Amino acid sequence: MDVRKTYKLFVNGEFVRSESGRAYRPDGIVNVPRGSRKDLRDAVRAARTAFPAWAARTAMNRGQILYRAAEMLDSRGAQFTDLLGGGVKARREVDQAVETLVWYAGWTDKLPQVAGTVNPVAGPYFNFTLPEPTGVVGIVAPDEPSLAGIVRRIAPALCGANVVVALAPELRPLPALTLAEVFATSDFPAGVVNVLSGQRRELLPWLAAHMDVNAIDVAGCTPEEVRAVEAAAADNVKRVIKVAAGESSPYLITAFMEMKTVWHPIGV
Amino acid sequence: MATALSLTHLGSLMRGVRSVDEVGADERAASLAKRSIKKASKLWALDLAVRCMDLTTLEGSDTPGKVTALCAKAIRPKPGDATIPSVAAICVYPARVADAVAHLRGSNVHVASVATAFPSGQSFLSIKVAETVEAVSAGAHEIDMVIDRGAFLSGDYQRVYDEVVAVKEACGKTHLKVILETGELGTYDAVRRASILAMAAGADFIKTSTGKVQPAATLPVSLVMMEAIRDFVRETGRQVGFKAAGGIRTSKQAIAYLVLLYETLGSDWMTPELFRLGASTLLNDVLMQIDKERTGVYQSGDYFTID
Repeated sequence: MDVRKTYKLFVNGEFVRSESGRAYRPDGIVNVPRGSRKDLRDAVRAARTAFPAWAARTAMNRGQILYRAAEMLDSRGAQFTDLLGGGVKARREVDQAVETLVWYAGWTDKLPQVAGTVNPVAGPYFNFTLPEPTGVVGIVAPDEPSLAGIVRRIAPALCGANVVVALAPELRPLPALTLAEVFATSDFPAGVVNVLSGQRRELLPWLAAHMDVNAIDVAGCTPEEVRAVEAAAADNVKRVIKVAAGESSPYLITAFMEMKTVWHPIGV
Repeated sequence: MATALSLTHLGSLMRGVRSVDEVGADERAASLAKRSIKKASKLWALDLAVRCMDLTTLEGSDTPGKVTALCAKAIRPKPGDATIPSVAAICVYPARVADAVAHLRGSNVHVASVATAFPSGQSFLSIKVAETVEAVSAGAHEIDMVIDRGAFLSGDYQRVYDEVVAVKEACGKTHLKVILETGELGTYDAVRRASILAMAAGADFIKTSTGKVQPAATLPVSLVMMEAIRDFVRETGRQVGFKAAGGIRTSKQAIAYLVLLYETLGSDWMTPELFRLGASTLLNDVLMQIDKERTGVYQSGDYFTID
């Protein structure tokens, strides 16, 4: 029997239809939910609620969960290969996505040592700097590659203990929406990862202006969209992340983080 | 004004209370909650919600300092924005009334005090009356009393009635709100009976819950109470207020209560004199929604005071 799948949004650990009831057909065949600004609002609220507990998890535990996501993705490799059109190239992209997750899983408990510093200061202070999560991160996933692209942006954000609201590629959303099923079975607490599909021109302005979003990754935006995002992000001084997608890098993790410097008096 | 009813009269009053269509009440409340209130109407409703709010703190850990902060917030909910009105009252434990009165002097914000062995109501009548008298003399403008649910549920209506009458007497001119604690009454029939009983005994307001018991205020229970008020007004001509309290945290919920109020009791009741929303965390959400309507941008809790 051929069971057709109903693709859904992933909000607060649940697979839901758009509250607007709308759908669109990116490839002319499959119905995909067309998320509204209210779905976005719900996703941000869920992420904000999930943030304190996620950031309080031990780095090791976050690494375990990211590694589990790699396992779940790997075990569904054939499905993702098919979604990406099949063939050697598609399989290679799935493998890359798995490797990306494994790579960032290893970084969770190593980043503070590498990115953190003890600063020499001219006074009786122990002065040190540590990376801390920024909070709710909006991610505009690039259209290409449709699976590895979103994984390369979500994984470093999660590695740094942020929570994520991701916009799936508008024209090729199926790998991203299926990736949500991987996150749903990887022990991520509800709300830590949220994935929305829909039209970018409808969702992006609300995401960029949302006062409760602390950073926005514009990997999938056109230059005009980046300018609009930067203008809207100014209101709450959102961090706008414009690091080019490329190889996995610890700098991509710190791009999603805030550096906190502490002056601790000594000899007092 | 309440007059003491004899046992037989009270019995016939209670027997005369018609029963409630439970499915019908649930359905009507659910359908009214779906009504869409947008833009200018939403701003109007949110403004009214602020004006009708009893900003509440009822924790064992309440300190004079916390009450002071709450008073400042009650007078000027959003510092720097004079277009946001003051709330109706702040609601505290009797021991904190004096603190609140001192900080609200000169404002039009009332001080409401819970009394009568809140939240259980399981104490002696003399103590309940004494607590009320103390709270009133400390300067409370409104008293929120609880009924003795144990007596009510065991059918001792006379005892409940007499207690309300006694506390009303102790209140004098001070406004009396009677908390039914609907979450412990079990059925809508019992809620309706308790509502009629409280109003007959002289309540100025009837109030859903203490906020200490789950479920607290729900829309269908509020509908049942509002309908009891409507019928009571028809019988006696005396207007009784309604206060929903407990579990109301979002603007959406607050607006649903206003819709229910308008559809059941009409626009006469859409004033702080006859309607209150008891809440501790609702105010920030309302302020955020007002800002969202004004700026067109979703707001963040980071920019509003922590209570």
